[in-house]
Amino acid sequence: MAFDSCVNGRHIGPFFRGAWGAIRQYDFSSVGTMGINLKGQIVMKNLVLKGALAASALVLLANAASAATLDDVKKKGFLQCGVNTGLPGFASPNDKGEWSGFDVDYCRAVAAAVFGDPTKVKYTPLSAKDRLPALQSGEIDVLIRNTTWTLSRDEQGFDFTGVNYYDGQGFMINSKKLSGINSALQLSGASVCVQAGTTTELNLADYFKANKMEYNPVVFEKVEEVNAAYDSGRCDAYTTDQSGLYAYRLALTAPDDHIVLPEIISKEPLGPVVRQGDQQWADIIRWTHYALLTAEELGITKANVEELAKGDSPEVKRVLGQEAGTKLGTDLGLTNDWVVNIVKAVGNYGEIFDKNLGSGSPLKIARGINAQWSKGGLQYAMPIR
Amino acid sequence: MASQDITPVGKDSAKVSLLNDPKFRGYIFQAVAVLVIAGLVYWMVNNTIANLQRANLASGFGFLDGRSGFDISSSPYLAYSSDSTYLQALWVGILNTLTVAFAGIITATIIGFIIGIGRLSHNWLIRKICTVYVEVFRNIPPLLVIFFWYSGVLSVLPQARQSISLPFNTFLNNRGFFFPAPVFGEGAWLAGVGLLVGIAGTFFVRRWAYKRQMATGQQFPVGWTSLGLIVGLPVLALAIKGFPLSFDYPVLGAFNLKGGSQVGPEFMSLFLALSFYTAAFIAEIVRAGIRGVGKGQSEAAHALGLRAGPTTRLVVVPQAMRIIIPPLTSQYLNLTKNSSLAVAIGYPDLVAVGGTILNQTNRSIEVVTIWLVVYLSISVLTSLFMNWFNAKMALVER
Amino acid sequence: MVDSNLSFVRTEMLQGQTPPLAERGVVKWVRTNLFATPIDSVLTIFALLIIAWFLPPVIRWAFIEASWVGPDRSVCATVAQGGIQPEGWSGACWAYVNANFNQFMYGRYPIEEHWRVNLVGIMFVLLLVPLLIPKVPYKALNAITFFFIFPIVAFFLLVGGWLGLSYVETPLWGGLLVTLVISFVGICVSLPLGIILALGRRSKLPVIKMLCVIFIETIRGVPLITVLFMASYMLPLFLPPGVTFDKLLRALIGVALFASAYMAEVVRGGLQAIPKGQYEGADSLGLGYWQKTRLIILPQALKLVIPSIVNTFIGLFKDTSLVSVISMFDLLGIVKQHFSDANWASPQTPISGLVFAGFVFWIFCFGMSRYSLFMENRLDTGHKR
Repeated sequence: MAFDSCVNGRHIGPFFRGAWGAIRQYDFSSVGTMGINLKGQIVMKNLVLKGALAASALVLLANAASAATLDDVKKKGFLQCGVNTGLPGFASPNDKGEWSGFDVDYCRAVAAAVFGDPTKVKYTPLSAKDRLPALQSGEIDVLIRNTTWTLSRDEQGFDFTGVNYYDGQGFMINSKKLSGINSALQLSGASVCVQAGTTTELNLADYFKANKMEYNPVVFEKVEEVNAAYDSGRCDAYTTDQSGLYAYRLALTAPDDHIVLPEIISKEPLGPVVRQGDQQWADIIRWTHYALLTAEELGITKANVEELAKGDSPEVKRVLGQEAGTKLGTDLGLTNDWVVNIVKAVGNYGEIFDKNLGSGSPLKIARGINAQWSKGGLQYAMPIR
Repeated sequence: MASQDITPVGKDSAKVSLLNDPKFRGYIFQAVAVLVIAGLVYWMVNNTIANLQRANLASGFGFLDGRSGFDISSSPYLAYSSDSTYLQALWVGILNTLTVAFAGIITATIIGFIIGIGRLSHNWLIRKICTVYVEVFRNIPPLLVIFFWYSGVLSVLPQARQSISLPFNTFLNNRGFFFPAPVFGEGAWLAGVGLLVGIAGTFFVRRWAYKRQMATGQQFPVGWTSLGLIVGLPVLALAIKGFPLSFDYPVLGAFNLKGGSQVGPEFMSLFLALSFYTAAFIAEIVRAGIRGVGKGQSEAAHALGLRAGPTTRLVVVPQAMRIIIPPLTSQYLNLTKNSSLAVAIGYPDLVAVGGTILNQTNRSIEVVTIWLVVYLSISVLTSLFMNWFNAKMALVER
Repeated sequence: MVDSNLSFVRTEMLQGQTPPLAERGVVKWVRTNLFATPIDSVLTIFALLIIAWFLPPVIRWAFIEASWVGPDRSVCATVAQGGIQPEGWSGACWAYVNANFNQFMYGRYPIEEHWRVNLVGIMFVLLLVPLLIPKVPYKALNAITFFFIFPIVAFFLLVGGWLGLSYVETPLWGGLLVTLVISFVGICVSLPLGIILALGRRSKLPVIKMLCVIFIETIRGVPLITVLFMASYMLPLFLPPGVTFDKLLRALIGVALFASAYMAEVVRGGLQAIPKGQYEGADSLGLGYWQKTRLIILPQALKLVIPSIVNTFIGLFKDTSLVSVISMFDLLGIVKQHFSDANWASPQTPISGLVFAGFVFWIFCFGMSRYSLFMENRLDTGHKR
């Protein structure tokens, strides 16, 4: 098995380097050509490519218009929901592989809205890096995985359908080892653990730069690796969304030794994401969120929803689709009792929050800015009428 | 069939059907292959364009000039900050890959030779220990070895405030290995000149000594002279300039040691893991190489009056190297490729940095292309060098 | 005349004396093997010191101090860390491996369906063992069953969705199951593909040869991780919009393509070792290319490289651990995922899990390498030059 790849490799090396130069020069409007170079095959004429581009654009328009996720989901018989690989409180599997959490309940709510059955959902655990490509490729129908709504993501072919959790990036430190520190501004010179390829990583860089502090980033691909590194003392501080800090703290060796510093260095509006170009599907996800909020506002809970549906408050009856001749649900592509299905399955927004993140959970996160607008928070549902 | 077609001599007497003509069939076969591949590529390109348009994704390599916005923990050669471009970030990644690969290759070779020779030792205990080493490391995935080292390094080493002090003002803690950084003052360039002159001098001394030995049979202590030239000249140069060299010593800061130079635990564990893992394979190659040299060779050397040392150095090793070098090249390349596992422990190598960029910009095709191009170039350059080395070592036949 | 009783020559053999004490038994063995020369003595003492320094702590950690069973992390943590172990305790946390053993083996495959995996496993062993023992007859039939019929049966059994078996989607698969599935499929695909590529590389048709060389050298020149990233991020882009690919399948394609390039080089080594006379002999018999390859060349070439093929399989098996980097939950992936399990987070958990995973990988690889050695000795008959 003599090694002689260099002999043959010689054909490849210069070819690739040449191609690389050409590509650097010409900012292709299409990545397609890359496919060719990568395969190391014939490089096509530009003309052919442009023709192909135009032709495929036509095919595409037709395609996009007919790409109805709702129909696909109904045909499949279940919702494919992209969730976190394991963030207690938001999405994590138990020993038996059953998923639970705030985001998971949103998946179940969508399934309840579409099928009337919250169990018709399958979960795809996704890392920060995989999540958007997975949505893009159609592997999942909706991404509910604490994803921050940003302009660049919005314009990259995704649609955010609302904010189900207003979060902000914070820092956690080991207060036992670093007893003198009670502000993020004292962290100059610290090693900071952060997950790779997230907005968190960018905010961290901006924050330390803006405050003229130095730091040493310790970057990992996966949350589990960040946790393990922080727990082993590799870093002085751990930064991610504050909700995440509370969640990860639970999985540390000595959770009580760690404190979350008060500073919030970024706005992290987390929400469900869908592919751009399917208005109907985006609407369903958006209004599922509003239905959950509206239910809390109107005092509709998992326990009393059936009873209230039979009651006589006109607003409640309208929301729950009990008005005669209502078309609110069917116009959305669902049944008219969709809100009943949702609330019966998972409860209202407040119940989901309490059960997974708030007082009813080990995380004990205060409602804070996630309270209803009427209680000083930011959660504001558009009227269902 | 073919043997029956005994045809008389003549150009067009063979009435073989065109379909049975191997040459013609070859052309057809190749044409079909080209068409199929071209069709496949065309189809994939079309799909890619369609997919990118549907996802409303931009493409091309222009994005490399954009501001990266993220920091990299280890950039020993280039000044890098979050204001640098993606291209600079990639350069940092490439240099980090090369650093860990180069360092790993050197240690893996040393450990591998020791273990490989140890496996041929007459000492039963040494032989068994080396065998256990090889069998353990050869049969565990490299990724696992890296994780072992990483969690091992992190759990054994103390916190920054309880750093282990080592000689020469170096410190070891779970943030890495800290050592004084040399700061060159005015006139330090002369030391560099001295070093270069020393290396050049060594080269000439070697040639001269070889010629003299060929001519007269007298030997000259080349090793000591070289050492004196390479170390002595720079020191002399510094002494002339009055030692314009100071050191930046690491001192304990609020969180960590400040100043000096440092090597992070990620680098250390990746470097150690790659070295130990690859060493097991190199050991096997070395063992096979040495056993491949006939016993008669060393017996003949003894008969000529050479002692054990010169026998090994002048007779056995040069011949064993011919067997060793080709598979050794493969192992060097494997080590370089395995350094991409850095991504699992957060050492910012090419794949890790590329992965971050892929995430920030969503340019999967471009980033994957860059990965392939860089690794292929490294592979090609390494094997070119090793082939040159191999040709130099090969048997010169008369 | 001669007194026949007088004899100066012994007629019976003298009983051999026992060698001196230093030249027999244990003492001799120790002298020749451990203390033959002064340097040897020094090395032996050095080695003994290393063993004395290294082995007792390892044994104490892995066996004596280890906690074998327990309900949660308290058995693996010291009192200060919220557990029950005394201060300064350091032992393996096998209780964690014990508690998650099912997950490590099957991933999140539904518990009530585990029998399907077990059945496939039993079939695998029953078919493999006779294939490996050279004396057992019906090799061809056995091989066909193992490489063609068994994968189909196993596929339908594992995936389900027919004959009343419930459908188990691949994201639920995990642990050793995924590791074995990927390596088995990799082996089954890479061997024939590798043979074809090797033949192509030695083909006289320049275009075919070039295509094969480009493929083989490109794949061999890059790390598996980039091939996996390519398979998981770029493959979806190459397919028509809307067509999605199972994640496991994507990893399988990546691993199989990667392995086949290496296999091609191994097979090529075998092809090159066949003397030219064999080709010429086949030609003179009037065999066509495929007849010649199938009947004369390949049987000899493959037999020559069986040890190398098994070594490639070992490499492939180890390489499957890399799929954990693209968020698949193979054995290593699932062990790592459970590090952040709040129930089991303790300082000893990660290293115990890694040691367990390493041990499982080691058993398989060591077994294969022993078999490769056995075959090497067995086949070492005619062709060695």
